[in-house]
Amino acid sequence: MNQLELFGLIFVVVFFGLMLALAILSRTRPVRQFREIPAFTRLRHTIGLAVEAGNRLHLSIGRGKLTGPQSAVAFVGLTVLDRIARSTMVSDRPPVVTSGEGAITVLSQDSLRGAARAIGAQFDPLRGRLTGLTPFSYVAGALPVIYDEDVGANLFIGSFGSELALLNEAGERAGSLTLAGTDNLSGQAVLYATAEEPLIGEETYASGAYLGAGAMHIASLRTQDILRWVIISLILLGALLKLVGVL
Amino acid sequence: MKAPFYVAIAMAIGLIVLLGYFLHLDILVNLRIVLLEWAVILSAVALLVGTANLFYVHWRKFTTAQPNGFYSAVLIISFVITLVVVGWFGPTHAYSMWIFNNIQVPIEGSLMALLTVLLAFAGVRLFRRKPNLISILFIGTAILILFATGPLFGINLPGLSELRAWIAQVPAVAGARGILLGVALGTIATGLRVLMGADRPYGG
Repeated sequence: MNQLELFGLIFVVVFFGLMLALAILSRTRPVRQFREIPAFTRLRHTIGLAVEAGNRLHLSIGRGKLTGPQSAVAFVGLTVLDRIARSTMVSDRPPVVTSGEGAITVLSQDSLRGAARAIGAQFDPLRGRLTGLTPFSYVAGALPVIYDEDVGANLFIGSFGSELALLNEAGERAGSLTLAGTDNLSGQAVLYATAEEPLIGEETYASGAYLGAGAMHIASLRTQDILRWVIISLILLGALLKLVGVL
Repeated sequence: MKAPFYVAIAMAIGLIVLLGYFLHLDILVNLRIVLLEWAVILSAVALLVGTANLFYVHWRKFTTAQPNGFYSAVLIISFVITLVVVGWFGPTHAYSMWIFNNIQVPIEGSLMALLTVLLAFAGVRLFRRKPNLISILFIGTAILILFATGPLFGINLPGLSELRAWIAQVPAVAGARGILLGVALGTIATGLRVLMGADRPYGG
């Protein structure tokens, strides 16, 4: 094991330990309020509205491959799906999920099936759809869902590139809310300009904690905050030491 | 299968793959490679399932006369023709390549071109939606980079290309690294939650 790998392993172990400790602590101590992210406030409102008014929610989980690093943001999309499916499955119009990767499509159907089973609702496997396998064919396949299926809100949470602009534009034209978050840098620049409610950087990964997905989501968010400050301090220290000529 | 059993399997496999990256023990490294190969094979099978799903969604849309069902018919016909041609002649045959080069590439290229116009329009709309300093900075920088990259009528304003290089190399890289830092921490957190069984995007 080289020095870099050792550092990586220590970092993962510290991350894991902190998450576990904060999750245990949260059982005895009251959880502090998070800063407000307008996108999640609107999302909670929209979920409530979807059940009352019978609007359909459309969640798109992107094209992140399950065997690559983009799988993490796809898992975040699946967590959001689980939360919204449990809340809206009882409505007249259950949510519809689109994705651009086979394994993610299968997992999204699995999440919908689990949510339907949990509340005793009927499960339709065609609510989880693969719409295309290349960036633009995926978008072209998802556009009819936005235009033709009376969608009240579109949530784009997954791995998207600049093609995300076409989805946001369609949502805007259809008069539905567009909330978007991606792990891709050019995708984030595009969604800042086009989405009604953009999620920038780590905000996407906070989705579970903001939607009440459990104590471990809150603990992992706190851990991210702590370690971010540690990294920022180390970067500043490194810059300072370089400035004075020690490094 | 009981839930704790498959969760235990998922956790054990995740742990083996993670440790295989850090600890260079022969047994761990070999196991990691085998498990990743299995994952790739399963992803390919899931791709077939997804493709069947795509076909069936459009078949139902067409046969139940839903809005814009005509487009679903076009997709089904194209799907069958492509499947027969590529399945019969192979993916690198001239006929298969003709479909790719003369149908798929131009259509995707057109969507890419559409995206350019759409982004310019979105920039203007951003002002209407969020008329604040950040939006002005965002649009101003985009216009500046555009003019510096492709000068209008060949006019090259002095200092513009240097300013472009500075924006691309200093503030843009600093901002990108900040965002990537957040994304990396979020990725680790998500991975660990799945590894601990706190997040279960499988098994319903």
